[in-house]
Amino acid sequence: MSFINYASRELNCKIVYYGPGLCGKTTNLQYIFNNTAEGAKGKMISLATETERTLFFDFLPLELGEIRGFKTRFHLYTVPGQVFYDASRKLILKGVDGVVYVADSQEERMDANLESLDNLRDNLAEQGYDLDKLPYVVQYNKRDLPGIVPVDELRRELNPTGVPDFEACAMTGEGVFETLKAVAKLVLTDLKKGR
Amino acid sequence: MPNPQLVMYEEEYRQITAMCEKLLREANARVIFLVDKNGQLIAGVGETDRFDTTSLASLTAGNIAATGGLAKLIGEKEFSILFHEGEKDNLHISIVAGRVILVVLFDSRSSLGLVRLRVKKASEELAAIFDSLMKKAEEKAKIGDPEFPFAEITDDDIDNLFR
Repeated sequence: MSFINYASRELNCKIVYYGPGLCGKTTNLQYIFNNTAEGAKGKMISLATETERTLFFDFLPLELGEIRGFKTRFHLYTVPGQVFYDASRKLILKGVDGVVYVADSQEERMDANLESLDNLRDNLAEQGYDLDKLPYVVQYNKRDLPGIVPVDELRRELNPTGVPDFEACAMTGEGVFETLKAVAKLVLTDLKKGR
Repeated sequence: MPNPQLVMYEEEYRQITAMCEKLLREANARVIFLVDKNGQLIAGVGETDRFDTTSLASLTAGNIAATGGLAKLIGEKEFSILFHEGEKDNLHISIVAGRVILVVLFDSRSSLGLVRLRVKKASEELAAIFDSLMKKAEEKAKIGDPEFPFAEITDDDIDNLFR
């Protein structure tokens, strides 16, 4: 849950990027890191294997500015996407304020997308969260590749509840900040009503 | 909701920081951090400028979460103390009041025994402060806090963050 510190006048929120292996969660964070002003970001931490697959999580702290005199910080996390790291994924969802589900648009990854989305729902439920009640956005990544599923179909399969969704190419940064902004907005709006 | 929102007020923040400073002196430590189990830094005293406190908080929480997962796998509720020994500096990590992580960084001017002893005493006092903090936050949440700063956030406020 978000952390409101009246003493230091800070607001901290946790956003988790979820999705199947190699869908581009880490790439999203790397793009944000590389394109954020020096003073607004902290160090990006990646706990990865020797082959640069996420082992535990990536972490990127962002300080966006002030709202009502409170420094607003977003802590971005990714989960390891590979199926067998499920125990780690559960841990990272603890205390989450907002979720970005990153889908891989390639046809051959459709099953992996669906499996990962089910897994997200299950793992949230295990922690007492309901995905339908959380600030939540969907990103259809890798729109620049050949052999991709049309957005209409992706939307039907992966976003039946019609949450905000975005086409993206995380390598070039297209759609990356739009996605982040949308989830941040939902988190802050949720905070407003959830007092 | 699985976890009530963590809120920190001036009064409790002062008490907590004073408590950490006392522990810092008594344990001869270099730095002391308090971190929420979700990875948010709550307070830090000592040579905090020399460390990346945000990363430290996030990794500590990840560490506690991972060892907590291990504990459950072998039928333990949690491992309440972790100790990491380095060549010069050591980390003593413990859980206070079930949800807050106390991190003590110390070198050869102190010892594990001293740190453990002092941490045990300080933990009880910190737990009492956090208990009253939780109660206060719950009460405010129940009756609705008229001074809640985020009640009136506008779309413009949010858009401004991204400019």
